[in-house]
Amino acid sequence: MTDPLFWHRLQFGFTATFHYIFPQLTMGLAALIVVFKALALRTGGEGWTLAARFWTRVFGISFAVGVVTGIPMEFQFGTNWAVFSSRTGGVIGQTLAMEGLFAFFLESSFLALLVFGERRLGPRRHFLAALALFFGSWLSGYFIIATDAFMQHPVGHSSAADGSLQIASLLEYVFNPWALVQYLHNQMGALVTGAFAVAAVGAFWTLRGEHAAAARASLRVGVVAGFIGSALVAFPSGHMQGRMVADHQPIALAAMEGRFESGTHAPLSFIGQPDVANRRLDNPIRLPGILSEIAYGDFSANVRGLEEFPESDWPTNIELLYYSFHVMAGLGTLFIALMALALGMLWLGRLERTRVLLWALALAFPFPFIANTAGWLTAELGRQPWLVYGILRTSEGGSPTVHGGATLFTTLGFAGLYFVLGILFLALVSAEVRRGPAAAQGGH
Amino acid sequence: MEALWFAIASVMVALYVVLDGFDFGAGILHLFVAREDRERRQVLSAIGPYWDGNEVWLLAAGGVLFLAFPKVLASGLSGFYLAIFLLLWVLLLRGIGIEFRSHVADRMWRGFWDATFALASLLAPVLLGAALGNLVRGVPLDEEGWFGLSLFDSFSPFGALGILDWYTVLAGVFALVAITHHGALFLVWKTDGPVQARSRTAAARLFPLVVGLWIAASAATLSVAPLLLEGLRARPLAWISSALFLAGLATSFLARRAGRDLAAFLGSCAFLLGLLAATAAALYPTMIRAVPDAARSLTALNSAASPEALEKGLYWWPIGFVLALGYAALLFRLHRGKAQAAPEGEGY
Ligand code: HDD
Ligand code: HEM
Ligand code: HEM
Repeated sequence: MTDPLFWHRLQFGFTATFHYIFPQLTMGLAALIVVFKALALRTGGEGWTLAARFWTRVFGISFAVGVVTGIPMEFQFGTNWAVFSSRTGGVIGQTLAMEGLFAFFLESSFLALLVFGERRLGPRRHFLAALALFFGSWLSGYFIIATDAFMQHPVGHSSAADGSLQIASLLEYVFNPWALVQYLHNQMGALVTGAFAVAAVGAFWTLRGEHAAAARASLRVGVVAGFIGSALVAFPSGHMQGRMVADHQPIALAAMEGRFESGTHAPLSFIGQPDVANRRLDNPIRLPGILSEIAYGDFSANVRGLEEFPESDWPTNIELLYYSFHVMAGLGTLFIALMALALGMLWLGRLERTRVLLWALALAFPFPFIANTAGWLTAELGRQPWLVYGILRTSEGGSPTVHGGATLFTTLGFAGLYFVLGILFLALVSAEVRRGPAAAQGGH
Repeated sequence: MEALWFAIASVMVALYVVLDGFDFGAGILHLFVAREDRERRQVLSAIGPYWDGNEVWLLAAGGVLFLAFPKVLASGLSGFYLAIFLLLWVLLLRGIGIEFRSHVADRMWRGFWDATFALASLLAPVLLGAALGNLVRGVPLDEEGWFGLSLFDSFSPFGALGILDWYTVLAGVFALVAITHHGALFLVWKTDGPVQARSRTAAARLFPLVVGLWIAASAATLSVAPLLLEGLRARPLAWISSALFLAGLATSFLARRAGRDLAAFLGSCAFLLGLLAATAAALYPTMIRAVPDAARSLTALNSAASPEALEKGLYWWPIGFVLALGYAALLFRLHRGKAQAAPEGEGY
């Protein structure tokens, strides 16, 4: 319990998971706010304007929490992972510094203008502010993903004599093929979160018969974007992620699927409980050949199981990795089904009268958060036992002079602060939803 | 190349202090200079558009250290472990205080966040000042360049070292007073009415304290780190910076008396910038000074990333820097004139 490494990992994982609740929402909403404002500018429709204004307020609250929880993350690289930071700073320092300079300045400078500047700027320039926020937040997503992608699949670097990594090719590093795929998938995941939130509030207001114009606008944009996002998150991007993991992290793939033995015509297991001690998957329900096809595009390909790799290279938490992956992929399938149904009803003009479906949409908004979190758990647990894949082990990356008592103290501190922060966030956003767009005046 | 990145990092830290400094100062003072809700919101309108961008200078400075001097970043952040987390939590509470307060129109809610905001704004400069004090005083680096300091130990800069001792506390208090004075001058420039009048009084009362503590801190620095004086004497850049901060200090006094509010604020900016620049110039190339064995110090020369990393950073850093300054200039232009409390629900 007083092993500092354990607390470093728990703390970093917890604070990153908590932080990412907010950026996924703001990145998704930023895109949709641009859509609402563009529709408002083109059609002059009242509903679009009201919806844009309302969602901008929710965006402001989420963004603030994203900022204050993101700042600790940046410093935790140094406080918790000092050896990692000093050895890889010559590479990942590039994207982390770029993120500050190119993305965070852009976002933070235009946030107040977007949230409070409608009157000061006028509709056209206010639209530009929304565009700047969209661009800035999606850009910061790219830089951080490029950083993570280096840890998953190191490219563009060279190793110095003292064991540190140094940048060799900036282009190769920044445009890491892993980063491009991961970014596409992750951003679609964020779009899903934003779209589900927008659709949920639209459905909620419709069910209560309130704020008709904004409810309608939210429902329409939420369902269309939700369908597009859910479809793209699975195909092609989720599929591409799977291929990439199969090519570069075959051990992670085997663990994600709870696959202990190798073999051709590998099946995809829907359900089952990995029993690591006995090296088997209990109660499996399987579709034969599908895993081979997903991983290598061929139903008969051989997919290696964990038995082929030394146990010292196995991910450290195979059970959680397995469930995370299955939760993500399972939810992804359900999202497509739900949004396809809602889109069909919208097309037929019957969505607003189908109360069961409205209830389903109103209650579905937490699930994309779960899917995104599960996805990150898959990525980060699958990378274990490496901090930088194949180069630096997690057990070697911690801070040498920080002891277990200090790490426990700061972890408890974060737990307390974030608990309160989470409650405040929920209270403020639900107050906004109950108040509705009428009170949300940016003013004209 | 190492010298250039040392200068870049120093400039970014100094800009952070000057810019976020006025937010901290305004935050500390707002309980006193703004008494009713409308006045508090006037103060928040004055800093609201800037505070987040200002804070990014800290992140960007951290990013530059990460890129150019990863060992310094890693050793410093892990060595000052607890103090860094305190700073992070304080910054978190400060941001939440600003952003959440006006969302609920309730006296207790707002009172709570106003107090949180003020307390967090007060602790941040103390911690940052003490951190700088630690770098000047030196830390016990081991052969591999790591150290770990508890928050306090013998309270003496010459005994068993902790993060806080009388010297670093003095540095923290000096930072607190200088930053509060800085924030007062910002509010004098950006507000009007009773808030401006009270800020003017606050600045006038604080000025003698700034001068007194500056003298005390300088004297203490010479006894704790006599090496600094040699650096100051030998480097022309340090002379220029010293001239800058002396001129800034004088301007902040004279211009305030003459009612030239912007000039007074800029004088205070020059004072802080010059002071930090002089310190950096005198310390160069030392980044984390080792005591008692100075040979273990982490310097810009022995802890830089590879020449390729430093060179590649220069391809894009200037563009980002100009953009960041451009956004700040645009914001100050869009919000020129005196800040007014926004109508309920339309601003901070
Ligand atoms: C709404 C969210 C969401 C949904 C529905 C899905 N994903 Fe996902 N997935 C993510 C959100 C996400 C994520 C949060 O964005 C992750 C974590 C890291 C990353 O870049 O993306 C991720 C990671 C991730 C990984 C791990 C990559 C690695 O180990 O580094 C794989 C293999 C997949 N996804 C594949 C899928 C498949 C086959 C899905 C089937 C529908 C799917 N994802 C749905
Ligand atoms: C926001 C989404 C993210 C989530 C939810 C997340 C989650 C986690 C979790 C759960 C762990 C602990 C894994 C373990 O110790 O077994 C972890 C570790 C870590 N993650 Fe992430 N992560 C995220 C993004 C990132 C990004 C973008 C980076 C890099 C830029 C990153 C860098 C790290 C590092 C350095 C560790 C510690 C070392 C390790 O345990 O491997 N994470 N993360
Ligand atoms: C563990 C690694 C991470 C670190 C060190 C980190 C760092 C930060 C920091 C310092 C901020 C505040 C910026 C400001 O002051 O304006 C921030 C906000 C943000 N981060 Fe992260 N972050 C991490 C993970 C992620 C991931 C995985 C994403 C998305 C792909 C992301 C996207 C964002 C966005 C869009 C913001 C803007 C604020 C918001 O939308 O809530 N971050 N992050």
